[in-house]
Amino acid sequence: MNLFLDAFAWLADPANWVGSGSIPQRLAEHLRYTGLAVLVASLIAVPLGWWIGHTGRGRELVVGLTGAARALPSFGLLFLFVMVAGVLQREPASVVVLMLLAVPPILAGAYAGFEVIDRRIIDAARAMGMTEWQILWKVEVPLGLPLLFGGLRSGVLQVVATAVLISYIGLGGLGYDIVQGIELRRFDQMLGSAILIIALALLLDAAFALLERWAVPRGVRAGRLPEPRTAPTGRRATAESPATTEREEKN
Amino acid sequence: MTWVLNNLGLILELTLEHIRLSILPIVLGFLIAIPLGWVAYRYRLTRGLILTLVGLLYTIPSLALFVILPPLLGIGFLSEANVIIALTIYAVAIMARSVADALASVDPDVRQAATAVGYSSWGRFWGVDFPLAGPVLLAGLRVVAVSTVSLLTVGIVVGVQSLGYLFTNGYERGILASVLTGVVMTVLVALLFDRVLVLLGRLLMPWTRTRTAPLAKGAAA
Amino acid sequence: MIEFRSISKRFDDGTLAVDDFSLVIPSRRITVLVGSSGSGKTTLLRMINRMVDATTGALEIDGENVSTIEPVQLRRRIGYVMQNSGLLPHRRVIDNIATVPRLNGVPKKQAHERALELMDTVGLDRELAERYPAQLSGGQQQRVGVARGLAVDPNILLMDEPFGAVDPIVRADLQQELLRLQRELDKTVVFVTHDIDEAFLLGHQVVILEKGGRIAQKGTPAEILANPASDFVASFVGADRGKRALSIQTIDGAQVLVDGDGNLAGRLVEAGPA
Repeated sequence: MNLFLDAFAWLADPANWVGSGSIPQRLAEHLRYTGLAVLVASLIAVPLGWWIGHTGRGRELVVGLTGAARALPSFGLLFLFVMVAGVLQREPASVVVLMLLAVPPILAGAYAGFEVIDRRIIDAARAMGMTEWQILWKVEVPLGLPLLFGGLRSGVLQVVATAVLISYIGLGGLGYDIVQGIELRRFDQMLGSAILIIALALLLDAAFALLERWAVPRGVRAGRLPEPRTAPTGRRATAESPATTEREEKN
Repeated sequence: MTWVLNNLGLILELTLEHIRLSILPIVLGFLIAIPLGWVAYRYRLTRGLILTLVGLLYTIPSLALFVILPPLLGIGFLSEANVIIALTIYAVAIMARSVADALASVDPDVRQAATAVGYSSWGRFWGVDFPLAGPVLLAGLRVVAVSTVSLLTVGIVVGVQSLGYLFTNGYERGILASVLTGVVMTVLVALLFDRVLVLLGRLLMPWTRTRTAPLAKGAAA
Repeated sequence: MIEFRSISKRFDDGTLAVDDFSLVIPSRRITVLVGSSGSGKTTLLRMINRMVDATTGALEIDGENVSTIEPVQLRRRIGYVMQNSGLLPHRRVIDNIATVPRLNGVPKKQAHERALELMDTVGLDRELAERYPAQLSGGQQQRVGVARGLAVDPNILLMDEPFGAVDPIVRADLQQELLRLQRELDKTVVFVTHDIDEAFLLGHQVVILEKGGRIAQKGTPAEILANPASDFVASFVGADRGKRALSIQTIDGAQVLVDGDGNLAGRLVEAGPA
């Protein structure tokens, strides 16, 4: 276990916390890549997913996209995009890859959030005289929010994980110390930054888990507490449908 | 294209290696997940605990896991076992939830009917619950297979040979064809696993094929 | 008055759900459309508030062709109650009832006051106002659904198998409530069901539908029972068997009624003032 002691010593070393290439700088880089990729991905995927969920058109697109995204090796995509874009453009190219990875889970979350809403509720809203716009904002969005956050959660985690790999192509981020550590056989540095990355992932996961829970409308939550089976949850998400918030690809 | 033709031997070798290394985590993950998922399904208290735990394991980025496992388990940093164990952990993480969901998807009426006609609980699990959970299990296993194949490529960073070699080697030496071939072959291997699983599912669960047959007209509702 | 004039509906997939259907639904009465699944009864009901648009033919409400009315505006004037209530799960009971008035721009306070009154009207304890739908029993949810349907004081109330998913005792209760409400509020109610007993209990006018929305017979329950227009109707209402085929037997000098299954149904007495 003394390897772990070394790792913590590396983490605790004040020299690693200041200046160029320091831990805070790597963390900031990591969060910047992640935030940028997820933001752009959301701007594309959320409206598209909502539109598909609301109209029911293009469902196959979501199923196909999430399926295909799982099979694509993101590690390879990273190299591919950077080589095609040129080494000078490796930063935007990497962010584009990260963004592409985040789109399927967010799209699936946005879409599935609408898909699992009991059709009778939408029907009733329409029968009462809500406009399509009102159905969207007053019924579908609030009820679909938990699954959307679920999708965002897997999207963020996937991007955080893949962003570890971008150091391999000479960019920063928390993976930098791992890749450099492997080359230099510096186990304390490798292990220390691995611990840091895991902590970051768990922290983000927890934050989004809270967000997910917070997003469940109180009325829906209220029904769950006394007897979880009575609340009609609409069509059960089938195994094949993207409505299962199965985490997407990992890295 | 010339690069591909000149390196057919290498590509084939790495592809076979990739397939070999993928199989073990998928099978192990499935086997370990069955009892774990069953416990999560059966006992309410453990459900949250187990599913949260596997969820957290899944959250760990792969490269970090590859780095942290060897000192934890006392295995070689560059050993195959390192990558296989890491991928098994991810497989269990996906599959345990799948097993729990799959068992919960079995119609309780069918389950009660089975008990009523005299199945023992052990017999019922293997004779009724498990096969009826099959379609959902299969869906989970397909996710496991595809993601394992894709993740294995990262193993090259800690020196485990797979199609990932085509990425790093191609990048370092500036051969786009190598990286592209790596991506294409990884996808093909993933699709191969997926197809095999679907065929296996059809073979083992013949009743799922008849499901699309039109239902007999029910009596007046 | 709601009038269907030669209405046909062909769905996009080619099925003809309703074929040349004509019917007058009188105001301030309960009209029940009854039929098995596939009879087009729900389709017909949904044409009234334009959830479904007819392919051909005209549908008028008080002489006004509904196709000229903007659907959303039309729906906000017509109450709608459906099976499983269709309540919004993320809103409290009081907000659910106040939904349509709020959509129409009624201030919140006023809409809530009205919602509380409506809870009294449908026999719901005001204490339930702050609960969420999932915290109510099936019967209570259904009452909330009815209250919501009445929230804008519509002339017309459409009810699509509203009591289909509640247990028989609660259903009987709700049916009596509906009769009372209709008497008190004088609404035009169009009610869809597949249960002939419910149709006879509630309907001033009962319309029995065959496949494709063909009217097998329409009239008061008494008229239909006395003179089934066809074998289909006779068998649908069960006029020739079971508890509707009553015969008189004399036991110890008293006349008793025996049903088709041989069970004692009651005793024959002089008809009092009806």
